[in-house]
Amino acid sequence: MTAANGLSDLSSEMEVDAFRRLFPLRYHEQHLLKSVRPDARKLGSARDTTVALGLANSTDQLLLYYLFSGVVQTYICIFAAGAVASADGSALAKIGSTTMLAAIKMEVMTPTVESPDEGSLAIEFHMPPICSPLVRPGRPADVASVISKQLSDTILSSGMIDLKELCLVGGKAAWMAYLDIYCLDADGALFDAALLSAVAAFSHLNIPVVSLNDDGRIVLVSEDTVQLKLEKEPVNTEKRKLKLNSPPFSLTCILHKNYILADPIAEEESIMETVVTVVLDSSYQLVSLYKPGGPILGHTSIIQDCVALARQRVKELQNVLNEAISDMEID
Amino acid sequence: MEVDRKDGRTANQLRPLTCSRNVLNRAHGSVSWSQGETKVLAAVYGPNAGTKKNENPEKACFEVIWKPKTGHVGKAEKEYEMILKRTVQSICVLNVHPNTTTSIIIQVVNDDGALLPCALNALCVALVDAGIPLKHLAVAICCCLADSGDILLDPSKLEEQIMKAYVYLIFPNSTLSVLPEESLKVIGEPMEHGLIASSTHGVMSVDDYIGCLERGRAATAKLSDFLRRRLQSQFQIDPSKLG
Repeated sequence: MTAANGLSDLSSEMEVDAFRRLFPLRYHEQHLLKSVRPDARKLGSARDTTVALGLANSTDQLLLYYLFSGVVQTYICIFAAGAVASADGSALAKIGSTTMLAAIKMEVMTPTVESPDEGSLAIEFHMPPICSPLVRPGRPADVASVISKQLSDTILSSGMIDLKELCLVGGKAAWMAYLDIYCLDADGALFDAALLSAVAAFSHLNIPVVSLNDDGRIVLVSEDTVQLKLEKEPVNTEKRKLKLNSPPFSLTCILHKNYILADPIAEEESIMETVVTVVLDSSYQLVSLYKPGGPILGHTSIIQDCVALARQRVKELQNVLNEAISDMEID
Repeated sequence: MEVDRKDGRTANQLRPLTCSRNVLNRAHGSVSWSQGETKVLAAVYGPNAGTKKNENPEKACFEVIWKPKTGHVGKAEKEYEMILKRTVQSICVLNVHPNTTTSIIIQVVNDDGALLPCALNALCVALVDAGIPLKHLAVAICCCLADSGDILLDPSKLEEQIMKAYVYLIFPNSTLSVLPEESLKVIGEPMEHGLIASSTHGVMSVDDYIGCLERGRAATAKLSDFLRRRLQSQFQIDPSKLG
């Protein structure tokens, strides 16, 4: 066909970058034929993942400089020091270029009548315009609401947090944990990075010490008064850590013809439309298998391959998280 | 294993299905679909000229608007809209009407469990009623997993809340073709065994999920038959009425 000949003439003369922009699908397919991806990864391998705990506190700004470079770092420092200077738990997770900052703030509130001995979690995912040229200020991206809901469902149904641990005084006071996750750079696999940052933030969380004052209200016991003798006994002794039972980890894969690509970048996600997200907990139980439509059908063999890739990823992510926790404890 | 279900159904039995087409006279396609007590109204308007901002103008664009029975439109509604939109994009022939937008509105009339599957089934019939070109239909089913490991199909709201986990599954419609079966297979399996979409709630083992997939597939054959019969019967018009 003359059209195809025309294309191939054009492609032989063109520079690689131009070819990548004009014919993205053909560019990626040529890589897939050799079982590799444009960034030299194998089809089933994920990008480099790092987690840093406790970033949204004023003392850890040096870490911020270490992790970022260029213009982005000025934005991050202003953002972290101003908005999240006193978060009770925070974490920064990076998968390749995708960056998520999670912060948890705790507030005392009265529990509901149906569950008087349980606290609650409010999970919110934000995509500020800094993360991607496709997100403009004003109308929030649709993707943000969907990921926010997926995160709430996954964290609550996986049973990672036992809400009874968040109770202070049965029927009268319980903790409400506000988890906010900000996407700082959207380069594919947003849900994976967001879930990882959420789990890391919960691992870092220090529940503040509170005590009951004369009016019967719960007050925060600040750092200074802990040194002096307290008039009232604190309701929860020492800053406590939450116990996480089998935290969930996820892997997003893209299906294209017969290939399964793990951990896609934004460019791959935009040209190959079928996405499958598998969330497994530490005992390899399936917390969620999310496939929101797409032209490629998921036959059982493909689903099982995705689950096998997710299993490997769970091991990698557990190691990354444990290293980050032990780094933080050394500090 | 015998399972006691409140309404006396067996584990594999679906709730009674009813479907009425062309219920709204302004919409290009509309249907009122119910599965037991769950009732959904779907309307299709389109194709209308122009595509939305970040969409590809060489293909037809779809927008899905989900209206809950009560309350504001929140994140759950946005999630349903996204799943339905992506499913619709995979079943419609997108290059017949390029640079057009087709709006699909789903109005929940009553929610008694398996809401997303009900909405998807309604949506497919509404698309056929509007005459939008489709490659094949999609059928959706909800499977839930009891603590004992039994898999129940098409749960009611009460059952969804007490079960350990439930899964919404969307499969392509079974094909009725003059071509020999072998040529229609993809990876050695018939096309209707593929999964278009899946959304799970609750923790289950991977084997349980594969079990749900198989049960779901078997049940979609019944749904496909029902759809085929309902959609064909509209066209048996009385020949004496023709001019």
